Amino acid sequence: MCKKTFSFGGLHLNKHKISALSPIQDAGVPPFVYIPIKQHIGSPAQIIVKQGDKVKIGTLLAQAYGTISANIHSSVAGEIKKIEEVQSESGYFEQVITIQTTADDYEAGIDTSTQISNDIPQNSAEIIELIKAAGIVGMGGAGFPTPIKTSIPANKSVQYLIINGIECEPYLTADGALMLEKPEEIVIGAKILNKILGIQNAIIAIDENKPLAIEKITQITKRYVGVNVTVCKSKYPQGGERQLINDVTGREVPSGKLPIDVGCVVQNVGTVFAVYEAVMKHKPLYERIVTVSGDTNLTTAGNYRVRVGTPADYLLNLAHTKQSQIGKLLFGGPMMGISSVSLQAPINKTTGGLIVIGTQDSLRAEESGCIRCGKCAEVCPMGLMPFAIASNLRRNNTAPLKALHAADCIGCGCCAYICPAKIPLVDYCKLGKYEANKQK
Amino acid sequence: MLKISSSPHINAPITTQSLMRDVLIALTPAMIVSMLMFGINALRVLLTSVAACLAIEYLITRYLLKTKNTTCDLSAAITGVLLAFNLPSSMPTWMILIGAFVAIGIAKMAFGGLGKNIFNPALAGRVFLFISFPAQMTQWPKPDFLNFLNTDIVTSATTLGILKQIDVSSSASIKASQVSLTELPNYWQMLIGDTGGCIGEVSALALLIGLCYMLLRRVITWHIPFYYIATFFILTAITWFNTDNVHFEPITNLLSGGLLLGAIFMATDYVTSPMTKQGQIIFAVGCGILTYVIRFYSSYPEGVSFAILIMNAFVPLIDKFTPQRVYGTKRK
Repeated sequence: MCKKTFSFGGLHLNKHKISALSPIQDAGVPPFVYIPIKQHIGSPAQIIVKQGDKVKIGTLLAQAYGTISANIHSSVAGEIKKIEEVQSESGYFEQVITIQTTADDYEAGIDTSTQISNDIPQNSAEIIELIKAAGIVGMGGAGFPTPIKTSIPANKSVQYLIINGIECEPYLTADGALMLEKPEEIVIGAKILNKILGIQNAIIAIDENKPLAIEKITQITKRYVGVNVTVCKSKYPQGGERQLINDVTGREVPSGKLPIDVGCVVQNVGTVFAVYEAVMKHKPLYERIVTVSGDTNLTTAGNYRVRVGTPADYLLNLAHTKQSQIGKLLFGGPMMGISSVSLQAPINKTTGGLIVIGTQDSLRAEESGCIRCGKCAEVCPMGLMPFAIASNLRRNNTAPLKALHAADCIGCGCCAYICPAKIPLVDYCKLGKYEANKQK
Repeated sequence: MLKISSSPHINAPITTQSLMRDVLIALTPAMIVSMLMFGINALRVLLTSVAACLAIEYLITRYLLKTKNTTCDLSAAITGVLLAFNLPSSMPTWMILIGAFVAIGIAKMAFGGLGKNIFNPALAGRVFLFISFPAQMTQWPKPDFLNFLNTDIVTSATTLGILKQIDVSSSASIKASQVSLTELPNYWQMLIGDTGGCIGEVSALALLIGLCYMLLRRVITWHIPFYYIATFFILTAITWFNTDNVHFEPITNLLSGGLLLGAIFMATDYVTSPMTKQGQIIFAVGCGILTYVIRFYSSYPEGVSFAILIMNAFVPLIDKFTPQRVYGTKRK
């Protein structure tokens, strides 16, 4: 099979997929969960419960508010203790609903059996309602509400549904583990999305370093019409939305436009699995797979099924992490993840991994002068010239940033990773993106 | 206390110093050949040049600019080796010191140090010496294989010098040219370095080994050396077919003089070459054309240094007009 890859830049990273073959373990229920009411791009959901309320697993806690928003459900059974503000991984104080947990008790209608059901409802509108009610958002990291992504404007048409099973970030194995354990569910999820998009062309893209997942899913797709597998090269950032579209279809999303403008919808495998559970099992999105990994001297690596709102330190305890020696705790992968300000920050719908980095490796190397090697431009998967963005910003010259397409930066981190002078190029590009967007 | 920073949280294990160290390793085969061929004098030239370059950079950062000592990034050491490679082994020590001063003091530090210089420092030093001391710069000791302590200077001509002579004299006297032709080294001699010339340029093989090492370690890409050499080779070959003049014999021209040294180690200097692939190709083709023009149509037998320095001056302009194509935008 011809392995596909994108045409611009990219890196061959050391993968560190330590937990690639670890089975998914249930992380269990912590004594308290802290469920943020904003776990997605857009407006925070509106709280509909109050202190003292008893909730079950799957009880709606906060309702989507505004055009871009998502429902938030309880991930545990218990009693609401407080509605307070706690520090999220990015350091902002955000409203959370604190629940003291009791024994698991599910809302009526949620099917907790693992039996595979492939009797897809006939009515697309009904399916979209189920997805909306379940509060599903993009689980690859961005957290864009899924129902909006799958409602196609009247003047646009879809040709491809691309299921992103690449997981190109080092250390992360959550999507890989999910594909190994729930391959058929993912394929049925793809069928469901095919149905609401009105196409018969779902492509599950998996990169070559997951041969088992490729084999399993390829076997299953033989039984389902309209779902196929494409194998991609292991290259970072293969799983970037725009890069993946380029791989699979050869198309490029025009600068400033969205994937739908070239007839593509991209969904992460985690999201597709959540769609399956929402539609076939009536199960809201209240748990997800999280990889714990990183410095092997500090932690064991594994994949866990984690309730949303579980504090990070609860999960780190399960993985026997030496918490006092952590230099950085990453929510997400090492290339694009957020370094958390707190060990107690809660896991949310978009947290694919907790990566532990030792104290020594947490320090940035000393920066020296640019030697004009051009490596940053060579590896940029968007074809940008990070050195030019940085040098203009250093001179407070913001005028050329728009022409340099600073706004097209996807923040993948390739430039800063490769820079021999250790210039924090991603910092500059993020600032450049902000300045360029101001000029519009 | 957790540390926080913006992503990415990992870095490639390459630094400015490690890249420069790789270039020095790539230069080692040619250094060894220079000592095998020119003995202790080559060692003297190398040591003087490297030590002087490092010392001058250190003194300037320490006492004049009062900034961080930058010699540990090893770029000054590369300039030292490259300057030495561009000198004959008989070069007087004090002249080498002047060359090193021009290279580091004027061409590099006066512009603001590594990354900010417009011209390749080693080439600027060489050209300064070439213009100031033409006699010493064109005296070529004969290679004396493995006779390490030999300091008697028996001079010979460079391959390009002989070719130029043939070209000048051929119309006047065919006989004279036939005499000179026998002096030309064969391909094997040019590959291993058994020919007169600057200490670092004589062995094509040693330079090509260095090129392979740098490509394998991804220090440079193939674009500049390939387009530079290919442009020069094609132009020379076309002229040779059309005129049947031995002066243009393309393989001899390729293997002799500073072409390989220049194309592999000087034109590829990060600081003084364009940033994008497209720009690098334009730059390299320009170097190839200029080398061809200077070698065959000027009074100098060799044109690599001038060609690269002239193209260095065009780099800011080339950079301006050759931005990379951005994903999702139309090809221009």
